Amino acid sequence: MRHLLDTRTLTRDDALRILDVAEDMADTQRREVKKLPTLRGKTVVNLFFEDSTRTRISFEAAAKRLSADVINFSAKGSSVSKGESLQDTAQTLQAMGADAVVIRHGASGAPRTLATSGWITAGVVNAGDGTHEHPTQALLDAFTIRKRFFGADSRGRDLAGLRVTIVGDVLHSRVARSNVWLLTTLGAAVTLVAPPTLVPQDVSAWPVRIRYDLDEAIADEPDALMMLRIQAERMNAAYFPTEREYSRRWGLDAARLGRLSADSIVMHPGPMNRGLEISADAADSPRSTVLEQVTNGVSVRMAALYLLLAGERTRAGEDGR
Amino acid sequence: MSTRTVLHEADIARALTRISHEILESNRGPEGLVILGIPTRGVNLAQRIGALVTEFGGRSIPVGALDVTMYRDDLHRNPTRAPQPTEIPAGGIDGKTVVLVDDVLFSGRSIRAALDALQDIGRPAAVRLAILVDRGHRELPIRPDFVGKNLPSAREERVNVRLADVDGIEEVTIES
Repeated sequence: MRHLLDTRTLTRDDALRILDVAEDMADTQRREVKKLPTLRGKTVVNLFFEDSTRTRISFEAAAKRLSADVINFSAKGSSVSKGESLQDTAQTLQAMGADAVVIRHGASGAPRTLATSGWITAGVVNAGDGTHEHPTQALLDAFTIRKRFFGADSRGRDLAGLRVTIVGDVLHSRVARSNVWLLTTLGAAVTLVAPPTLVPQDVSAWPVRIRYDLDEAIADEPDALMMLRIQAERMNAAYFPTEREYSRRWGLDAARLGRLSADSIVMHPGPMNRGLEISADAADSPRSTVLEQVTNGVSVRMAALYLLLAGERTRAGEDGR
Repeated sequence: MSTRTVLHEADIARALTRISHEILESNRGPEGLVILGIPTRGVNLAQRIGALVTEFGGRSIPVGALDVTMYRDDLHRNPTRAPQPTEIPAGGIDGKTVVLVDDVLFSGRSIRAALDALQDIGRPAAVRLAILVDRGHRELPIRPDFVGKNLPSAREERVNVRLADVDGIEEVTIES
């Protein structure tokens, strides 16, 4: 694997490989000494053009647990705010000897540009680009679902037969997109639930079912209910009348939580808007996997960095994925 | 290219039986023993040795697996290897006598990696090394404590260990 840019083109075998390596990484995180010497001497650059706390920290922890050196680069307070182009920034990182670049960018496709432009030889990991994809989030979600349902027998298994319902702002959500592709590749049946204004136009081409009513979706007894964050920063038009109305119709409150089937789980990629898309009852219930998702995120990102960086480097362009 | 079988099924069984007796003898009994196999075939051998030591020593010996992939010094020279599961028995390894088990001892670099991996898991009282086939050509100052067979070989020859539970056949062959 040279880059991790999206889950749409990720094969089932590659996805399972990442998830299985993540299992091994998770095992090492229960040891007395959590640090592995595996990526000693490698440099990972976190190149963040958009604000992020948890994803950046998660990648930083993952790289450090594998003994890589980490350089954090955020657009604010950098030369980017002085007008430096992505190309010049990338070439600067190349000159510093970056082995992997973890990039978050507001423009969909920026990671692919970085990976295919020939500006750098480093491996590129997409940590969220515009409204396109956020592959490591989907991988950690799949990992979390697999762990909850199959426990110690998780290795090598896909998600065939499981039903996952994703609720909320699908339109702006790269998490939803990455999950749709990955979960269906792994054999799960995905349903999207959203107000009609927050359903993307091209959704008819996606391998999913669309519902507009959360109560009907809950009556279908999903195995996992994934609540998306209402992204206030992207709510530049009137997608729904008021937050109260959204919360009443599409929020996971105590009553809806009570109607979920006995072993189903509640997921949220964070950060949560408590009281808007998810109630405190749901967020803090034993069904909630929110904190497991954070823990698993480090293991999954360790696996991605390991698979990108540990082996012999294939020549640039040899494997354009 | 010629292939020669150097150990047959009965030879492997005898070697493992002898190694198990030697482990008990050098440890003066089964006290504090933990047996850890190095994936993949070392794990199968560790289970067999563990069963034999349990039988001869009269008390159950914990057996586990120790993956060394992430501690190897040749990761960047080879295509990415998939790590294998590490399973440390419930009692841990602190203060125990850990017997590492592998199928073939060659450069000694896997064992170096295994020693580093052990150090991250705990602090054993002692670490011993049991090997089914020692083929020489060490690159590090590492030597086995228990050896099934010393097999002088040329560097370019290949030594293959096949076990019934993994490969369906039980033999050690040398290809040149």
